[in-house]
This record gives sequence, C-alpha cells and structure tokens, in this order.
Amino acid sequence: MSVPAAALGPGPRGAKVRGTLFYVLLLVAVFIGFLLLGTLIVDVLRKGIGYLDPTLLTEPNSSNPENAGAGPAIRGTIYMMVLLLVMVVPVGVGTAVYLEEYADRDRWYNRLLELNIQNLAAVPSIVYGILGLAFLVRGLGLGRVLLAGALILTLLVLPTVIVASREAIRSVPDSIRQGAFALGATQWQVVSRQVLPAAIPGIATGSILALARAIGETAPLLLVGALTFVTTNPSLLGAFTALPIQIYQWIARPQDEFRLLAAAGIIVLLAILLTMNAFAIWLRNRYQRRW
Amino acid sequence: MEEMESASAAPAKIPGMDEKLLAERAEGRPYTSREVLFDVSSLNVRYSDVPALKNVSLQIYKNFVTAFIGPSGCGKSTFIRCFNRMNDLIPTASVEGTILYHGIDLYGNEVDPVEVRKRIGMVFQKPNPFPKSIYDNVAFGPRVLGWKKNLDDRVERALRHAALWDEVKNRLKASAYSLSGGQQQRLCIARCLAVEPDVLLMDEPASALDPISTTAIEDLMHDLKREYTIVIVTHNMQQAARVADMTAFFSVEVDEERDIRTGILVEYDETPTIFTNPSDKRTEDYVTGRFG
Amino acid sequence: MATQDTTVGAQPAPIRLRAEGRRWGEVAVKALLALCALVSVVTTLGIVLALLEPAIEFFREVSIVDFFSGDRWAPLFEPASFGVQPLLVGTFAVTFWACLVALPCGLGVAIFLSEYAHPRVRGILKPALEVLAGIPTVVFGFFALAFFTPLLQDLGLGVGTFNVLAAGLVMGVMLIPTVASISEDAMSAVPQDLRDGAYGLGATRLQVSTRIVVPAAISGIVASYVLAISRAVGETMIVLIAAGGIAQITFDPREPEQTMTAFIGATGLGDVPTGSIEYKTIFAVGLTLFVLTLAMNLVSIRLVRKFREVYE
Repeated sequence: MSVPAAALGPGPRGAKVRGTLFYVLLLVAVFIGFLLLGTLIVDVLRKGIGYLDPTLLTEPNSSNPENAGAGPAIRGTIYMMVLLLVMVVPVGVGTAVYLEEYADRDRWYNRLLELNIQNLAAVPSIVYGILGLAFLVRGLGLGRVLLAGALILTLLVLPTVIVASREAIRSVPDSIRQGAFALGATQWQVVSRQVLPAAIPGIATGSILALARAIGETAPLLLVGALTFVTTNPSLLGAFTALPIQIYQWIARPQDEFRLLAAAGIIVLLAILLTMNAFAIWLRNRYQRRW
Repeated sequence: MEEMESASAAPAKIPGMDEKLLAERAEGRPYTSREVLFDVSSLNVRYSDVPALKNVSLQIYKNFVTAFIGPSGCGKSTFIRCFNRMNDLIPTASVEGTILYHGIDLYGNEVDPVEVRKRIGMVFQKPNPFPKSIYDNVAFGPRVLGWKKNLDDRVERALRHAALWDEVKNRLKASAYSLSGGQQQRLCIARCLAVEPDVLLMDEPASALDPISTTAIEDLMHDLKREYTIVIVTHNMQQAARVADMTAFFSVEVDEERDIRTGILVEYDETPTIFTNPSDKRTEDYVTGRFG
Repeated sequence: MATQDTTVGAQPAPIRLRAEGRRWGEVAVKALLALCALVSVVTTLGIVLALLEPAIEFFREVSIVDFFSGDRWAPLFEPASFGVQPLLVGTFAVTFWACLVALPCGLGVAIFLSEYAHPRVRGILKPALEVLAGIPTVVFGFFALAFFTPLLQDLGLGVGTFNVLAAGLVMGVMLIPTVASISEDAMSAVPQDLRDGAYGLGATRLQVSTRIVVPAAISGIVASYVLAISRAVGETMIVLIAAGGIAQITFDPREPEQTMTAFIGATGLGDVPTGSIEYKTIFAVGLTLFVLTLAMNLVSIRLVRKFREVYE
C-alpha cells in the first residue's frame, strides 16, 4: 500500500501550537530566574556604587552613614573563614575517608551515620544558631564570641564538605587501590599515599565552595551574637561581627543612606564570593584528573 | 626423562598450536626435580554463599610458570586472587580450605594479609599505574615497606628486570600515563619486582595489549622465572603453550535449578600433556576448540 | 612421574607471615576517623538536646494545647499570649507564595535543561543556576525590601513596606535552583531508550517530556518539591528583612507577617535573659520548626533514594 506524500507532512496544527506554547512556557520559567538575577545585580550595583570607597573597607560602623564602614566586619569574616577552614576540612575529610574506605556498608550504624549526615544538610540554618546559643553561648559560657560563631558555622557546612570529599574519593578508580594493596601496603598507606593525594583537587574545590556558602550565612550568627556595634579587632574570645551581619544591621536602619551603604556592603560580599567561586572552579579545571 | 608419545597417540589438531614447539618443550625439560611452593587443598570460594570455586587442590612449583586456563566464568581469576589474599578486599567473599606457602597456611589465623602481599605480587589485566611519575610508581612499594635507602638503585634494578629501563631511564620523572599500554604493564611488573617478592601472580597480563607488547611480556616471563615463581591466568591457549611449564584447566559446573555457575579444576599437568594428550575429555574438547 | 617433588620449607630464612605487632597504627587511624564521623552524630544529638530541654520547661509553663490552638502570639506583652498559630500561618503564607514560583519554574527549567536545551545553552544555564544558588539569603532579603516591594507598590498593588508577597516571591526565585537541579538529576537518570521508544512511535517532544520523562522521574521531582518546601519553611533572612515582625493571622499577602524563623531571629538578636519565658520561646518555636523540617527532609531523602535505586 503506498503512502500518500501528505501523510508524512507536518502533523495536526493543534499539536504544533501546543508544542510551541509549551516551549515558550519553559523559556519563561528560565527567564524569570535570569531576570531576577540580572535585576538584583544591577540594582545592587546602582545603589551601592556611591558608597564603595576605602572607608567602607576599613572604618568601623558609626551612626553617621558618611563615616560608617565594615572594617571590623570584614576582618571578622576573614578570621572566621580561617578558623572554619582549620576545623571543617580535617573533620569533613576524616568522616568522608571513614565512610568510603573503612566503614562496612552493611552495618546499621554506618547506614544511620549516612542518613544523619543527609539530614543535617537540610536542617534550617537558624537551628544551628539555636544549638550554638544553648551550648556555647549560654551552656559553656563562652559568650557571644568569635570562636562560637566559627564552631557553629563549621557544623553547618560540615555535611557539604563531607559530601564533596566523598565524591572526590569515590572518583579515584578502584584499580589504583588494588594495585597498592597488591604491593603490600596497609589500608592507611593506600588511603594516605594514593587515594587522598589523587582526591585532593576535588576536596579542595568542595571545601572552598563550602566556605563560600558559610561566608554568606547570617541566621546562625544572629543567635550566636555577632554584635553589630563592634569597633575593636576581632579576637578568638572577643566580641565579633561579620559582613553579612553588618549588612543586615544597615538594612534594618530606617535612613535611606544606610540602605545604600548596605548595597555597598553587598557588593563587597558578592565580590568575595565571586572570587572564591572562580578560584574553586579554576582549581577544578586545572587539576581535575580524567581517569 | 620421559619420552613424548608419538604423534599417532595425539588427539585432533589444536587450532593455531605450534606442535613442534610443544614437542621441543617436552624433550628439553631441564628439571628432574621440582619443589612445591604452594600446596592448595580443598579450596572453596563463595560470594555471599554462592559457590564460585569448588574443591580445588593442586600444587604450584618453585621457579615454574603455571598457567590457569579455561572458559570465562570458571573462577580462574578468583582462584589466583586467593594466593595473595586479595579476595579479602571483597566483603562478600569467603574462602575455605588451605593454601600452604612455605609450609604456612596463608589463611591461618596468625597470618597478616599485608605480609603475604609483600611476598606475593600481582599484575592486573588492565595496566593500573599510579597517577605519579615513573620513578614514584616503582618506588612506592619500597617506600611503603620502609626501605628508604638506595631507592635509586632499587628502582633501576626493577626497571631493568622488567626490560623497561632503557626506554625510560631519561624520563623517570615523567608521568606514568605518558607510557604506552605495553610499557605501562611492564612498569606495573617493575613495580612488583621492586619489593623483591617470591612469586608473581599475573591475571591475564597481556590481554589488554597489542601483539608486540604481548610478545615482550611473554619474553619477560621466560627471563623472570629464573628468579621468581610465576602464576598466570590466560584465556589464550597459545600463550599458555608458549610460556607455561604447568597448565591447569578449569571449567564450569552449572546448577540449572538454582542458576549457579561454579568453577572446578578439571585437569592439571605439564603443558605439553594438557595440549597434546589430556586425560579428561573436557580438557580435550576445550583445547581443540570444540567448546569454550 | 619420574620427577621428585620436595616442599619448599622454612629454609633458608624462616618466612614470617605475622605482622610485627598488631599494627596498632592502623587501629588508631580507624578510631580517629570514626571519631571524626561521630562529630556529625554529636551535632544531631546536640540539636535535639538543645531544643528539647528548654522546650520541655516551656511546655510546663504553657500547655501544648494553648500553644497550638491559641491565635495570639504576644510573648512579651502583659498579659502574655503564647498561641503559635500566627507564626505558623506566617510561615505557611510565605511558603505558599514561594512555592507558587519555585515549583513550576523549577520544573520548567529542569525540563528545558533535560529535554530541550542545546548543549551550549546548557553550558551557560547551569553555571548561571549555580550563581543564583550561591547568593546569600541576606542579599535576597535586601532585594525584596529595597527593590521588589517598591516595585510592587509602584504597580499599585498596595503592599505595605513589609509584606508577605515580596518576601515569598523572591524566596521562590531563590529556590528555583533547588527544584531544578534535583529534578534535572532525576530526569537525566531516565534511560534514553524510553525516550527513543516514544520518539520512534512519532511522539512530539512535548509528549515525550510530559508523558514519559516526567512520570518516570516523578519521585525525584517530588523529592525536590519537598526539599524546596522544607527550605522555604526554614529560611530566615528574607522573611526577617522583608516580611515584617508582626505576628498576625491574615491571608492577605500585602500585609506583614512574622514567620517562626523570623521570630527566632528577632528574639535571638535581642538580649533576653537566660531562663526567662521569652528565652524559652526560642526553643519551643525552634522545636516546632525542627520537627516540621525533619519530617519533610526524611520524606525527601526517601524519595531521592527511590529514584536513585530504580535507575542506577
């Protein structure tokens, strides 16, 4: 039976219209996100550019917007990041190594461990603040100090570092481990001399991204007490403030100038984040091994 | 010395087999005595209660090349991995039976797998050099064993032994991945040799390589067997005929009801015998290409 | 056999296959690593303890029934009222508007990325989504208050300076990457054969996407929805900045409403004396929040596991 040429032509018009409409809808969905992102960046730049000057970076906060700066806040953020790095990377990588190389998956407690980590990753950040408030600030009597803030942020981003490290470790091919074992290496020798070195690029990238996330966290610090009128330099057991907290405090002021100041602070924050993310991506592209 | 049976008693021709070579090997056997290095008795291996290898008993002789041949799925790889306790790394594997090595049961309670692997090395089917330099690959074993002195000498000796030194002596710091497949495999062999083992286990060492590299590896085996005992798994019968002194033929037992395939040892004898005058019909069927 | 077999015995040097000592180093390393893993366990225990203890004390003074059935939240007033419903309504309201944006748009982005987009477009879109996901919530809060609310006012919608609508809609856009990435993961896991089979029968792309791929990936998509809702419920800064601090029950999004998280944040900022009833409200509300998000997270984790199992 021969098929008339028309049968192979374009289908019913209805289907075509529906298809196009759907495609347009999808584009709208995509566009909404882009639109907001673009508007946000433009708006922040426009509002904040006027206040972007050295005063912002060095001077402490003041009730006069002309003199106010985020110096202690920026320093506080940097100090916290350093503390964070020192605390979260060893514990996160250690946990990842335990789960990937040592733990027997069939044991119930190891599966519970994994579930626990997955759950912690989704706990609202303010709950970490409550944890800090109860145990560190009031409980241990540390008070609202830098160390408490750093500890809480460590716990907050720990699941992220664990997940990223596990990915990196898992991507090391098993043949490498087998080869090392076959030469008479112990498990720790295999892990420390072959697996971890090969996984370092992935771990580094993941850690930097986790750090970038921590920099922007505000909610937990509200409770653990980043006070907003700190003029002294941050110290481990001293009062502290952080950039996102400073930004929040400026936003909460009624005067318009403080809004603009907040925008300037946001520009600084976003610039720091952009640098960190770009560095992490560069690291990944430069050192990532294609197995 | 035994006389080779005349051609009239030989079974049907084996495809591709060089019968002249076999005859020469049979006549030119240089040994009158052989020393047992491994004594395997009633070895059974299971993966999660599914038997993979059943009741294997044989002896491996010192300074011989012993080949395990057989169709796929017959447990040859599982078996060879028993010799250096690599099956320990598979959580679902369980091994019963004994393997005596220098009189000590490898699976005894007091035996540490790490110590076993220092003396019994393994080369894998797909070359697996570490993501490090050529030098660091070979030096890894000695370093891990704590042999820090004379590292350069050890590396050179191992690379010479593996017939790779001349090709890499000027670029020891280059990445191991810059080598060709055949060179990488010889690097893996050098890596094993650097820890001065007794035994070299090779699981299909040339199957991922081109014919020229394969020949290089086979020649290497002839050299190495003077100092080491070599056990190889191969699916290439011609290769077994070329390199092995003893050959063990494995096959598969199928349990139709439970759909389980278990490996068994069918026949183990001197290579010429296996290929020209096997005792078991299954062996004969396999080597003449009627199945498998 | 004419050959002689002897066994290679213990000579010349005795072969020792025992380890020197019991390899204590290895045991120590494993213990240390397990200790690291315990940190996460301790964190969870800490959270539960931190919440439970003061919350239990709180519920000795304020009955649970009053807490959940009361419709006036005024812990600092005389007389104090501890009905949590306004906070729950506030949370629900913001979440509603956020999901109105995030769930359809996120799914749309995921379908686009998975079924329609040219690889080069994907190469731009995916990083852009990551950028969106990386923006701190305080920045979104600022945007909602300083740009979006005036915009809505200019559009004549009559929203107050603090209102639920701006906070909710901006939060929705913030959540698009969450929905999109997990949904897209789930859709990518659907084997190409299923699509090919449908295309081979003459189906259009629209039909394949909506009738084949989405249903096949449904557990992952639902997981992303549940996770987005959980995040919306737990989000603090956007609502603290833009949704206002008045705890009231209203369904008009142009009004300000305080959410559970905003209440905790605002109270925590102030200097409430330890042990006071106001102090304990932080924990009572926190416990409610935690239980709510925990339930949603467990459901989401279950669903993700389901879709991973089916195709991997």
